[in-house]
Amino acid sequence: MKEILGTTGLIFNEPLLWEKGKKGRSGFSLPRRDVEKHPVDKQLEGPGPDFPDLSEVEVVRHFIRLSQWNFSVDSGMYPLGSCTMKYNPKTNERQAARSGFAQAHPLLPQHLSQGTLKLMYDLEQYLTEITGMDATSLQPAAGAHGELTGMLLFYAYHKSQGAPRSKIIVPDTAHGTNPASAALCGYRSVPVKSNERGVLSPQAVGDIMDTDTAGIMVTNPNTLGLFEENIKAVSEIVHAKGGLVYGDGANMNAIMGIVNMGELGIDVLHLNLHKTFSSPHGGGGPGAGPVCVRKHLEPFLPVPRVIKQKERYALSEDFPETIGKIHAFYGNVGVMIRSYSYILSMGPADLKKASQLAVLNAAYIKDQLKGTFHLPYDRPCMHECVFSDKLQEPYKVTTLDIVKRLMDYGFHPPTIYFPLVVPGAIMIEPTETESKEDIDLFIESMQAIAKEAKENPELLHAAPRKTKRRRLDETAAARKPCLTG
Amino acid sequence: MKELNELNFPENVRYAESHEWARLEGDKLKVGISDYAQDQLGDIVFVELPEVGDTFGKGEEFGTVESVKAVSELYMPVAGEVVAINDTLEDAPEKVNNSPYSDGWMLEIKADDASKIGDLMDNNAYLDSLKG
Amino acid sequence: MRYLPHTADDIATMLKAVQIDSLEGLFAHIPQDCRRRETLKIPEALTEWELNDHMDALAATMAVSPEYKVFMGAGSYAHYVPAAASFLAGRSEFVTAYTPYQPEVSQGTLQAIYEYQTLTARLLGLEVANASQYDGASALAEAMLMAIRVSRKKTIAVSSAVHPMYRRVLATYFEPTGFNIRELPYLPDGTTDLGPLKDMDDLGGVAIQSPNFFGCMENLEAAKQSLPDKKTLLVICFSEPLAYGLYKSPGQCGADIACGEGQSLGIPRTFGGPGLGMFAAKMKYVRNMPGRLVGQTVDEEGKRGHVLTLATREQHIRREKATSNICTNHSLCALAAVMYMASLGGSGFKELARLNYDKAEYLKEALRKAGFKLPFSRLTFNEFVVEFPDDFKKTYQGLLQKKIIAGLPLVDFYPELKNHYLLCATETTARADMDALVKEIIP
Repeated sequence: MKEILGTTGLIFNEPLLWEKGKKGRSGFSLPRRDVEKHPVDKQLEGPGPDFPDLSEVEVVRHFIRLSQWNFSVDSGMYPLGSCTMKYNPKTNERQAARSGFAQAHPLLPQHLSQGTLKLMYDLEQYLTEITGMDATSLQPAAGAHGELTGMLLFYAYHKSQGAPRSKIIVPDTAHGTNPASAALCGYRSVPVKSNERGVLSPQAVGDIMDTDTAGIMVTNPNTLGLFEENIKAVSEIVHAKGGLVYGDGANMNAIMGIVNMGELGIDVLHLNLHKTFSSPHGGGGPGAGPVCVRKHLEPFLPVPRVIKQKERYALSEDFPETIGKIHAFYGNVGVMIRSYSYILSMGPADLKKASQLAVLNAAYIKDQLKGTFHLPYDRPCMHECVFSDKLQEPYKVTTLDIVKRLMDYGFHPPTIYFPLVVPGAIMIEPTETESKEDIDLFIESMQAIAKEAKENPELLHAAPRKTKRRRLDETAAARKPCLTG
Repeated sequence: MKELNELNFPENVRYAESHEWARLEGDKLKVGISDYAQDQLGDIVFVELPEVGDTFGKGEEFGTVESVKAVSELYMPVAGEVVAINDTLEDAPEKVNNSPYSDGWMLEIKADDASKIGDLMDNNAYLDSLKG
Repeated sequence: MRYLPHTADDIATMLKAVQIDSLEGLFAHIPQDCRRRETLKIPEALTEWELNDHMDALAATMAVSPEYKVFMGAGSYAHYVPAAASFLAGRSEFVTAYTPYQPEVSQGTLQAIYEYQTLTARLLGLEVANASQYDGASALAEAMLMAIRVSRKKTIAVSSAVHPMYRRVLATYFEPTGFNIRELPYLPDGTTDLGPLKDMDDLGGVAIQSPNFFGCMENLEAAKQSLPDKKTLLVICFSEPLAYGLYKSPGQCGADIACGEGQSLGIPRTFGGPGLGMFAAKMKYVRNMPGRLVGQTVDEEGKRGHVLTLATREQHIRREKATSNICTNHSLCALAAVMYMASLGGSGFKELARLNYDKAEYLKEALRKAGFKLPFSRLTFNEFVVEFPDDFKKTYQGLLQKKIIAGLPLVDFYPELKNHYLLCATETTARADMDALVKEIIP
């Protein structure tokens, strides 16, 4: 095996902000005062916040040192299933930083905001085309926000039909945001089990679908990395009883230019721009969760919507059946700019190729690790594959131990213990931006760890050893929460 | 996690299928969760209990118990009214792990019908149910 | 394509290993009736250089400083961001990192967010702050849902002087829930009419914004006294947190929950998003709080470190019983905010707040002296309402031609406020520009 990636480096220690600094220091150039001081009402005046005073040098060193403790896509591979940790193109950052975009006030007169309005309009068109749906709203600020929007659309639709419903069918492989979003709309989740092939069966859905069920939430490809082969039949069953189909599009990276989501019977779909469309994760956001709908749900989309009149773009509130607003303005425009740049940089052929290569990379990993780790569903996978720790059980080694050891090898762990249907799940999604060499190094590392599990499990139990911190006491953090310094 | 033969199933309590136990103390019942349950949950970080005066039917959810990565519902083993809760668990939830049948007790209830405790399993029946 | 490293050789080798004959073959198991038949109808790929030109042209159409003088706030504010702060927020170790679920390799993000939580709690005068929400509007919606959970009541009251967009988002969130929203009118002095509160029962929470949408500081002590019963929570929201560098914090005024928009703290406006939903509350409510929380702990070697904690409130564990459905939040924006707050320091924050106040007071006085009416007598921070004469619309349009945007017309949000405009002046507004504005509008 080549030299492994993971090493220790010169990584600095750094205290908390308020453990540094001295009163009177400044990291800010106070703007020139060209107006006099005016008196302030003493009753309302406060002491100001208790922040430390730091010099610019202290602030820069502080955060540079902290940044060195982070794993990031720019340093290495993050094979996190369902997160699509693909490379974040730097030209996208340059575009979003242009002052015409970055400084613009959202309530500018519309004739003075044409550039951004055109960008939003065009992006809606592109996403509508890529998904095969009929219309798009860019307003939701994240995938879960898109799911909430979808549930609000369901609610509005059923209300307009004069028959509000109380339940939603949620597969056992669903992401936790699915039932949580449904609950926010007052829907009770009814679970449905996937079959022995790891997909939804029309029979199982048919058994529970009734006229009090608003619809079903499906993820396709699902969280086992499998294409929901019965999705058309499932959609027909749900539609036949007047229900709607919600598609969680988190796994869109597997099927761009290959599958037409609109034709699968999906009525509303959300996308994650910070997954499929390359906008960076930022350590937990911001992202964006646009929703794409079929025609019959278009009237309910959030407002304002961008419309085009001749060659002019405008924001219109003239949609009387709208669910209203879920964001103060129009959504995360900064994220939209990055995804728009990405789509224009890739073009139709390379977007499709990206999906093909994402699937190739996952299929290759599945094939190479098949004997080493237990593969619960030995079927063609899409952009991700799911293993478990079953083969390592005899050595008293768990999924957690395996992935903690992977950090010592220089990789971020894959997604673990999800989906819940596979005990000890290890969900691996390489994405298309990882080269064959990096994938081979990942495979070799996993194989080496499997060997260690057998011959020297203590290495795994004590892992990670090379990182800034060893395993942390999460029990103490939850028992005696210390959330503010 | 421990093997079944390493866990305790005292004789003087009765066990529900959902792993709660009940023990007669005078005219009240003490309620908690079994050694098997706490072992399965791992380090307990929080116990959410009802208020004194709340009433629950048999099998109704009366609270939750949390570990770092999971939440489990707690179900009333015998119908009745809550007359006391173990509020020391707020600062020391680990009592449930360390002494699930004594210091880790959760509720004291006034049962609608205290004889219903007989409907619950004895320690042997409970152990059998765990083996099967 | 530079983001796709696979060569033809790589692809051939890998296909051979998986025993599939072509890339198309990887999808053979997908039913034909699910397949897309045509190629994607989107523009052909641009080179990096064509993309630059295209985006340059789009960006050039936008009315921004310094070419335009934009006297607008209303939830989106112009503030200087130090070069050091934007440089740090652009570090790719922060930008391209994932959510810190694996704490051993994410201590950078975790410590920085812990620092953000701490400074936010101090700024808002409360005991615990979460790691962020999407924006001020969704933060308010979540705050009111939390008030309902904590109080177990079914009604909330919201001031009509709360940002109109926040109120609309709140209404959208509440639509399917069966909970009731009662609106409190505003008084001639620009503050909320608290009178109706005494007749409201079953009230879980009351939301007041301060400074409110009119820029006015609310009478928060009075609001606290007006709460009809002990179980009702006081939610104080904001769109300009810089105000708390000058005025008392929401916590000092009795807030149970404080929430709002943090865009002012080092985040560019970018046409309204991404912003930063700030959210803080009293510690006793922590298990009912939405959003992620970072906590301090130690590792196996006893060294101090940080982790995501109290995750059992969240969707990935609690699923349908979660305190919120939020997963991805606005972590990088929170990071930008803590970098900004660290750069300013306590002293700088206070001085900058005072400067904002003085700039707006200068403009107010100039407008008063020029004979214009300022309808609300209440103290403001960096924005305020002016009532212009009936024919001002023409003047406003004329000013647009001169690249001056003289405030935000309020009539679309408050039909009774015809000819009322919301003007904003921050540290970025030069005295000369304020003088020029006044000169241009004097009849």
